[in-house]
Amino acid sequence: MSNMERVVFLDGVRTPFGRAGEKGMYWNTRSDDLAVKALMGLLERNPKLDTSKVDDVAIAATTQTGDQGLTLGRTVGILAGLPLSVPGYAIDRMCAGAMTSVTTLAGAIGYGMYDFAIAGGVEHMGRHPIGFNADPNPRFVAEKLVEADALNMGATAERLHDRFPQLTKDRADAFAMASQQKVAQAYSDGNIQPDLIPIAIKTDSGWGLATEDEGRRPETTLEGLSTLKTPFRPHGRVTAGNSSPLTDGATVSLLASESAAQAAGMSAKMHMVSFAFAGVQPEVMGIGPIPSTEKALKKAGLTIDDIGLFELNEAFAVQVLSLLDHFGIADDDKRVNLYGGAIALGHPLASSGVRLMIQLARQFEQRPDVRYGLTAMCIGLGQGGTVIWENPHFDGKRK
Amino acid sequence: MGNYDNIDFSDLLALSSEEVVTNSSVTDVRLASGRMMALITLDNGLDHTRPNTLGPRTLMQLDDTLVALAQRVSVGEIQAVAVTGKPYFLAAGADLSRVADIPSKAVARKLAELGHRALGRLAELGCPSFVFINGLALGGGLEIALNADYRTVDSSAPAIALPEVFLGLVPGWGGAYLLPNLIGIENALTVMLSNPLKNNRMLSAPQALDLGIADAMFGPGRFLEQSLEWADEVLGGKKVKRPHQPGKVERAVKWDAAIKIARSTVTKRIGTIAKAPFAALDLMAAAKSGTRNEGFAREDDVLAELISGDQFQASIYAFNLVQKRAKKPAGAPDPALANKITKVGVIGAGLMARQFALLFARRLRVPVVLTDIDQGRLDQALEYIHGEIDALLAKGRMGADDAGRIHALVSGSTDPTAFADADWVIEAVFEEMSVKHEVLARFEAVIPESATLATNTSSLSVTEIGSKLKHPERLVGFHFFNPVAVMPLIEVVRAPKTNDATLATAMNVAKQLKKTAVITADAPGFVVNRLLAKLLGEAMHAVDTGTPFETVESALDSFGMPMGPFELLDLVGLKVGAHVLDTHHAAFPDRFFRSDNLHALAEAGVLLTRDKNGNITGFDDKARAIVAGGASPRSAEELNRRVEDGLADEIARMLKEKVVGFPEDIDLCMILGAGWPFQMGGITPYLDRVGASERVNKKAFHKPAITGVA
Repeated sequence: MSNMERVVFLDGVRTPFGRAGEKGMYWNTRSDDLAVKALMGLLERNPKLDTSKVDDVAIAATTQTGDQGLTLGRTVGILAGLPLSVPGYAIDRMCAGAMTSVTTLAGAIGYGMYDFAIAGGVEHMGRHPIGFNADPNPRFVAEKLVEADALNMGATAERLHDRFPQLTKDRADAFAMASQQKVAQAYSDGNIQPDLIPIAIKTDSGWGLATEDEGRRPETTLEGLSTLKTPFRPHGRVTAGNSSPLTDGATVSLLASESAAQAAGMSAKMHMVSFAFAGVQPEVMGIGPIPSTEKALKKAGLTIDDIGLFELNEAFAVQVLSLLDHFGIADDDKRVNLYGGAIALGHPLASSGVRLMIQLARQFEQRPDVRYGLTAMCIGLGQGGTVIWENPHFDGKRK
Repeated sequence: MGNYDNIDFSDLLALSSEEVVTNSSVTDVRLASGRMMALITLDNGLDHTRPNTLGPRTLMQLDDTLVALAQRVSVGEIQAVAVTGKPYFLAAGADLSRVADIPSKAVARKLAELGHRALGRLAELGCPSFVFINGLALGGGLEIALNADYRTVDSSAPAIALPEVFLGLVPGWGGAYLLPNLIGIENALTVMLSNPLKNNRMLSAPQALDLGIADAMFGPGRFLEQSLEWADEVLGGKKVKRPHQPGKVERAVKWDAAIKIARSTVTKRIGTIAKAPFAALDLMAAAKSGTRNEGFAREDDVLAELISGDQFQASIYAFNLVQKRAKKPAGAPDPALANKITKVGVIGAGLMARQFALLFARRLRVPVVLTDIDQGRLDQALEYIHGEIDALLAKGRMGADDAGRIHALVSGSTDPTAFADADWVIEAVFEEMSVKHEVLARFEAVIPESATLATNTSSLSVTEIGSKLKHPERLVGFHFFNPVAVMPLIEVVRAPKTNDATLATAMNVAKQLKKTAVITADAPGFVVNRLLAKLLGEAMHAVDTGTPFETVESALDSFGMPMGPFELLDLVGLKVGAHVLDTHHAAFPDRFFRSDNLHALAEAGVLLTRDKNGNITGFDDKARAIVAGGASPRSAEELNRRVEDGLADEIARMLKEKVVGFPEDIDLCMILGAGWPFQMGGITPYLDRVGASERVNKKAFHKPAITGVA
């Protein structure tokens, strides 16, 4: 019989994120190698972990084909040098792949079946553009189940502007610029680099080393943003500047039951409180995190006011703003995306969920005054996912 | 500035206009500490089938690159320099494709000097230098690493070695001086001398780490990343331990003694004719003291000498035969004609048959049935084979699943119908024509129409063996050398009636057995035994006519063969030797000697005396008594000349008879089937350079000559 266990987030790392495409730094790097190197880096910096005690490895990818196919959790585990006795599997929930790796394994840990588990995700959008080679069932359109452009993420973001006229392009641009500036600040404060695993990259001029996120644009101005094209519709509002760019990258995290972690002498960076996923109309997938957050709060017995830190995936600025508006949070609220987000760092779909957790974990460490934090993201085809975390460093004092 | 800065290399560079250049590209890498490292990647731009090599233009580019980096170091732009290679390769060594064109000793010297100039800069940059050995690193490739201050190695690197001595050279781009001063004289002797002489044995990455060639080893998953992290730590003051680095005591006590022991071991094994091993020994002996520049200058002298000499040119010729010609056998039919082998039958259960069965089962992985009329002998054969498999398993050379599979594949039967579905049937019965006729007739009646028949005869005519067959076109000679598992050569004998499908099948089987096959005509002794019979017949005849054993045994020392004639006779067995001489004498009575004395020696079982370790100490007095009585002894010089001329004559006849098409095939056979050394080029380059070909045949076997320029 099972014993219910508390789930802890012990550690998380990621590769620097690269711009997708031929000019991006990972164009010559295999997708699975990104995940393998991230996992090796995670294992190296957690020498107390007895790898033979890892009960499972879940690695997510949205487009599971080629160098991103073949049951990633298993292949990545073998290639990273985990014992062959450690099993693994692959996960797909589009953008929330890594988040789903975490929640699925958390279920197994919480139910007492697993002691240690590795959860992560990878997306090489340069090699595997979203929806590439997909064959959507014709019924979707024939029966008007969804609009034809529901798989076009930019179009779904435009539709959010339609639905919520108060979410103006100016607000989106301002949020986007702030994201760039916050990332620049986080880099100069050294809040990002410690959790990056450098990746050797082969270029035409030989081997090099990727050590930082490639897509950042700290020089971004509102004037500059205002001149950008709106590729998804003429005179639209969604631009390359207020969206997350196409990105390559991998993330991986180490989860455990609290008792197994204690027995191994490893301390938690976060405690899991609750999680939830929810569905919405695919055409407005960006609002997905609203119902998932409400569900997760309800399960946790918390309200939005209990949350001291938010890590929200910035697929599109407008989509984050829709959640902030819904909960009555200001666009520039200091609790939200303190280190900036995907607009500046990039959004390698199935890997982003764990990036949110990595950043929340570091903020927890610096903010013992905060008890609860929340990671949330929207998901293609109309979903949202939310995980609520508790800060083990919380000291009960309000700042 | 280095010692080599003012040398004009234009004549050397002019030779290499078609060199596949391995480029040195530079990327600046910011290390975690903030230090800047210039990372050089060696990459020839070709895929993994074409390793990086180091020709003059490559070296010049690397030299220019390092000069520019030293400048950047001096202005503080970079704090470290590292070198690594394209995926799977650091570099496979010097580009030897044009060495035959080197016109003079002076130009040969420049190849050494240019290597020293470029690689030597790794120690003169004004900052620490690193080489990350990410894959294969041979010869000059490994010397790049030895010239740097620090080295890491990828645990999956397939081969790390200094094979120069194997090719008639020495590690002359710093290796001979730097290696013993890095890892100690005994380890250096292993790497530079013993390993190349052990059929060019190479090191794994863990071995390179243990010996002290590399300072740190990392797995392939994050090799470069971890190497960079490690380099950063070293730059930050981390101490690198080098327990094998020789200290005063080693230099004072151990060094000379180790050299002396190695010198005597090499002399005992291969004699003193091959120059490279002794040149390497001299260089390593001198590396005990003196400066790096002095060491490099000695290497320049020695390399110039060797590159421009005969032995190196013959070695390169031999190396190309073994590496290239062996893979494209002359006269082979279209491989597509080969029949698929799904079951093998071995006729006989004797020593050869057992070895065949084991080898076929291991390599072809199909059922192998041994057959014999005697169930007891079959049982013994199976017991032997199972014992061999178990031994391989115990030594870790085979996994348990594989051992189980091979066990199950080999079976025995006294019933010929066990061959009813065999595709390949090889006979290994007594060398007696009537016996061969009898068993082949019996088995031809039961095997499928499509099966191939092979005979392992070494002394009988394949044509005659097939003369009673209904389908002689499917019979082929398939002549192994003993021990079957070890010797790399198979002479595939094409009898006049052998058809292309049969020959193609035999060639394919040889390939699957991982052997080198040379196609020969159906002539007595084929290639290897005919030439050995010539040599041994002359040797035995000299004894028969009164020449002392000792004189004969050392008369051929100038060849530099691995052993003298009587040691060879002892190895193959006196009975076998006597039989081989008989059959060749019968075939060519005018040119080949037989020897009653040899039969008598075989009968008495006496020839050599040995100490308790099995080392030869001399000749048995009983043997002397048996051969006593000859009245017209030859001098060593006479015998030497007779053997040289006799071989030149016989080879010319064999080529005329088309036993094989080319002298290259003769040499390939002698290298792989008799272990004749690279420095002789097998045999024909040697006969050309000592003038035997000219004396006997009025022309050399090779044009242009395979000789040095000095």
